[in-house]
Amino acid sequence: MAVQLPDIDLLPLLPEILIALGGCTMLLLSAWNGTATRHKIGMSTITLLVITAFMVFQRAVAFKHGMNTDLALQTHLSTFEGMFVGDFFSLYIKMLLLLSTGMTLLISTDYLQRKKMDNGEFFVLILFALLGGMVMASAGDFMTLYLGLELMSLSIYVLAAYRRDNLRSNEAGLKYFILGSLASGLLLYGISLIYGATGTTMFSGIAHHLHESLGQMSGTLAMGMVFVISGLSFKIAAAPFQMWAPDVYEGAPTPITAFMAVMPKVAAFAAIYRVLVYGFGSVHDKWSGILQIVALLSLLIGAFAAIAQTNIKRMLAYSSIGHVGYALIGLAAGGMAGYQSVLIYLGIYIFMSIGTFAIILVLNQEGIGEQIEDYKGLAQKRPLLALLMSIFMFSMAGIPPFAGFIGKLYVFMSAIQAHMYFVAIAGVLFSAVGAFYYLRIVKYMYFDVAAHAFVMPVSGSSKFILTVTTLVILYWGILPSTLTSWAELSIKSLLPSL
Amino acid sequence: MLSLVTFTPLIGALIIFLGFKNNPGTSKYVAMLSSILTFLLSLKLYLGFDLTTSDFQFLEESVWLPGVGITYRMGVDGVSLPFVILTAFLTPICLLASWEVIQKHVREYLIAFLALESFVIGVFCALDFVLFYVFWEAMLIPMFLIIGVWGGANRVYAAYKFFLYTLGGSVLMLIAMLTLTLSAGTFSIPELMGMSFPLSFQIWIFLGFFVSFAVKVPMWPVHTWLPDAHVQAPTAGSVILAGILLKMGAYGFLRFSLPILPDASRFFVPFIFGLSLVAIIYTALVALMQTDLKKLIAYSSVSHMGFVTLGIFSFNQQGMEGGILQMINHGIVAGALFLIVGVVYDRLHTRDIARFGGLAHRMPVYATIFMVFTMASVGLPGTNGFVGEFLILLGTFIANKAVATVAAIGVVLGAAYMLWMYKRVVFGVMQHEDVKSILDVSPREIATFLPLIVLVFWIGFYPEPFLKIMHASVELLLIQANTVKAGTTALAMF
Repeated sequence: MAVQLPDIDLLPLLPEILIALGGCTMLLLSAWNGTATRHKIGMSTITLLVITAFMVFQRAVAFKHGMNTDLALQTHLSTFEGMFVGDFFSLYIKMLLLLSTGMTLLISTDYLQRKKMDNGEFFVLILFALLGGMVMASAGDFMTLYLGLELMSLSIYVLAAYRRDNLRSNEAGLKYFILGSLASGLLLYGISLIYGATGTTMFSGIAHHLHESLGQMSGTLAMGMVFVISGLSFKIAAAPFQMWAPDVYEGAPTPITAFMAVMPKVAAFAAIYRVLVYGFGSVHDKWSGILQIVALLSLLIGAFAAIAQTNIKRMLAYSSIGHVGYALIGLAAGGMAGYQSVLIYLGIYIFMSIGTFAIILVLNQEGIGEQIEDYKGLAQKRPLLALLMSIFMFSMAGIPPFAGFIGKLYVFMSAIQAHMYFVAIAGVLFSAVGAFYYLRIVKYMYFDVAAHAFVMPVSGSSKFILTVTTLVILYWGILPSTLTSWAELSIKSLLPSL
Repeated sequence: MLSLVTFTPLIGALIIFLGFKNNPGTSKYVAMLSSILTFLLSLKLYLGFDLTTSDFQFLEESVWLPGVGITYRMGVDGVSLPFVILTAFLTPICLLASWEVIQKHVREYLIAFLALESFVIGVFCALDFVLFYVFWEAMLIPMFLIIGVWGGANRVYAAYKFFLYTLGGSVLMLIAMLTLTLSAGTFSIPELMGMSFPLSFQIWIFLGFFVSFAVKVPMWPVHTWLPDAHVQAPTAGSVILAGILLKMGAYGFLRFSLPILPDASRFFVPFIFGLSLVAIIYTALVALMQTDLKKLIAYSSVSHMGFVTLGIFSFNQQGMEGGILQMINHGIVAGALFLIVGVVYDRLHTRDIARFGGLAHRMPVYATIFMVFTMASVGLPGTNGFVGEFLILLGTFIANKAVATVAAIGVVLGAAYMLWMYKRVVFGVMQHEDVKSILDVSPREIATFLPLIVLVFWIGFYPEPFLKIMHASVELLLIQANTVKAGTTALAMF
C-alpha cells in the first residue's frame, strides 16, 4: 500500500518562515531583556527584513531567468495542495511589502525614540502584520487568504492604538477594529456563499467551476463575489468603504499611518488579484462594472474631500483613496495591460507615499507637522526638504517627468484599450482636481512666509530613504522599463493564459 | 544634436543646483552661458537645415518603453525649427531682463527658467506622442513656480489659474491622444500623419486636442487665465509666456490637428473662424478699456493670437506661413512690450496707465524703443507685424472674404488701443513727482532690446530667410491638410 505523502514543500514558504521566526524571537527578546535591548531589536528587525528581501529578490531573479528560457517552473511553485502559491506574482508583491515595511521602519526611528514607542512589541507587531500580508500575497485558497488578512489586520489594529496615552490614537484603533471586523464579516459571509455555490474554497477550484459553467454564475455565487469585493474594498479603503480611513490615518501614530498607507494596501490588492483576477478571471465582465463604480466613487471622494482638509494626514488619507481609485481603473479594464498597470501603479505608489511620509516625520516635532499650514515657507528655511516634498506632490498629482505620471499613463492606456472612455475621462478630470490640493502644499512651501524656524535635524536613515525614494521616482519617471517588465512577468505567472 | 539643444539648459540648471550654493552672482553667468550656448546650437541647426525637403531632420530615435511601443523620438521640420530658435533666442534675453530685478531665490529662479526652456524646446522637438506630452506637462511646474514665487501681489491666484486651466485641458488631450495612438497602434507622430481615420472618430479626437490647444493659445472664451498670469508674472515670466508658451497651442494645431485629423480640421473651420473673430474683435475692445499696462498687452496678445489661428485654418500657403511668422513676430513684439512695461514698473512700481504721461521728456531713448514696438504691434509696413498680418489677411481673404473683412476691423482696433496707450504713457504732461525724476533706460536694458529691434526691421524688410525654412514643410502640411482621408481605409472605433 502506497503511503500518500502530503504535499509539503517548505521552500516557497521560506520568507514567511524567516519573518515568523524572527517575530517570535523579537518577542522573546523584548520580554526577556526589556528596555535594554530596545535599540538592538530595531536594528535586528531591519536586518531581518533586508535578508528576507534579498532572498525574495534572488528567487525572483531566478524565476525571471527561468521564464525567459521557458524552463519548467512547476517546481516549488505551490505547496500544501495549492493552498500556498509561490509564483513570481507573489514574489513581486512580497518585494513591495518588504520594501514598504523596511522603509517605514527606517523613516520612523526618530519618531519612535522621541515618543518612546520603540519597544520590542512595536517591531513584533510590524513583523506579524508583514507576515500576514505576505501570506495573503501567496494565498491559493480563501482559508489561507483569511488567515493572512486577519493576522495583518489584528496587528495593525493594535498598532493604530499604539499610543496608549493618546485619545486620538485609541479612537483610531477602536474605530479601525470595529469597522475592520465588520469588513471581515462581510468577507467571510462572501466566502461561505462562494463555498456553497462551488463547493470549494480554492481559487483554482472556483476558476475551474466557472470554466465548467461557461461563465454562468448562480445568484449565490454572484452574491458571494460581491461580498468578497466589499470586504476587500474596505481593506484598500475604496469608496464607499473608505469612511474609516481619514480618522484612522489622522489618529494613528504617524509611522503607523505611513505603514497603513502602503503595506496593507499592497497586500489587499494582491488578495484581489488572487480572488478576482485569478479565481473569477473568466467572468471579468461581471465584476468590471462594480469596480468601475467603486473606482469612480473613490476618485470623486479622493479628489473633492481632500480639498477641504487642513490636516496633512487626513489629506493623504483622501489622496490614498484617490490612488486606489486609479489602480482600480486598471483592474476594471482588465487584460494584460490593465492588470499590469495596477502592479506598476502600486510599485510607484509605495515610493511616493513613503517619501511623503518621510518628510512629514522629519517635520514632526513638538507642536508642528500635522497641519498643512505648518509647511508654510519651508522652502525658505529648508530648500532641499521643500524640493523633495514638491517632487513627491507633483508625482502624486501625476505630472511628468515623475513616476506618478507613468503609473497614471499605464492605467489610462489600459482603460482606453478596454474602451472605458467615460471612466478614463472622469479619471483624468479628477486628477486635475486632485492636482489642486497637491499644489496647495507646494504653494504653502514656496509662496508663503515661513511660520516656523524648521531647525529639526534629519536622521541618517531618513536621509537615506529620502534619497532612495526621490531617485526611484525620478528614475522610473524617465525609464520605467524595469518596473513594467517585472509587472508583466508577474501577470504572466499569475495568468499563464494571457 | 536635438537632444543636446533640448537638454543643454537643463544641464545648466543641474550645475547651478549642485554648485554655487552661496554664490547667486556666478550662477547667473552659468545660466546665461548655458542659454547662449543653447542659442548657438540652435543656430547650428538652422545652418545645417536642409531647405529642400519637408521631412523631419536631425532625427533621433531610441527605444523608451518597449512593451507599448513608446519611443524617444526627436526631430524638427520647417514648422517646428523656427520655434526652437525663437525659444533659444528669447531665453537669454529674459535672463538679461531679470538680471537685477530678481533679488530673492536667484538660484531657484534660474533653475526654473532653464528647466522651462528645456521642456519647451522638447515640446517642439518631440515626435512621439507620449514624449510630447511629458514635455508639455512638465513645463507647467517651472512656470507655476515662476508666477507663484516671483510674481506680483495676486500671484497665488494667477499661478493656480494658469496651472489648473492648462492641466484641465491637457488631461483631455491625453485621453484623445491615447485613443488615437492605441487605435492606430503607433505613438510616432510622423507615422500617424500618414494614417486615415473615419470622420466621426477624427471629430472626437479633434475636440480632445482642441480643448488643450485652445487653452494654451489662448482662444476666446478660455483665455481668462492669460491676463491674470501675465499681470502677476515677473517681467521675464510674461515675456516667456507671451513669446513661447502661447505658441505651443498653435503649434499643436499645426503638428497634430491639421495633418493627422484633416477632415475634422476642415469640418471645424467655421467654428475656429468664429472663435478667432470674437477673440480679435472682443479682446481688442477689452484691451481698449484697460487701465493696467500689462493687462492691455495681455489682451492684445489674445487678439493677435486670434489672427494666428485664423491664418492657420485658412488652409492656404499664405495664411499658414503668415500664421507661423506672426507667431514669431508676436513672440518678439509682445515679449519686447512686456520688457518695456517691466522697465517703467521697475522704476515706478506701478503699471497704471494714468500714472504715467510725459515719459518722453525724461526718457527719449525709451520712448523711441517703445515707438518701434508699438508700430510693430500695430503692423506698420516696414516692421515685422506688417508682413505677418498681411499674409494672414491675404490667406483669409482667399479662404473667406467676409471673415477677412471683419478681421481687418480688428487691425484698426489694434492700432487704436496701441496708439492710444502709447499716447497716454509717453506723451502729454508729467504730472507725478516720481515721473519727473525717472531715469532713461540703462545700457543693460538697451542690450535686451537691441536684438529684438534688429529682428523687427529684418523681418519687416526682408522676411525671406525666415520664411524659406518653412516653405517645404508648409507645402507638405497643406497637402496633408487638404487630403480627404476619412473615406479611405476606415478604422472602426465608434
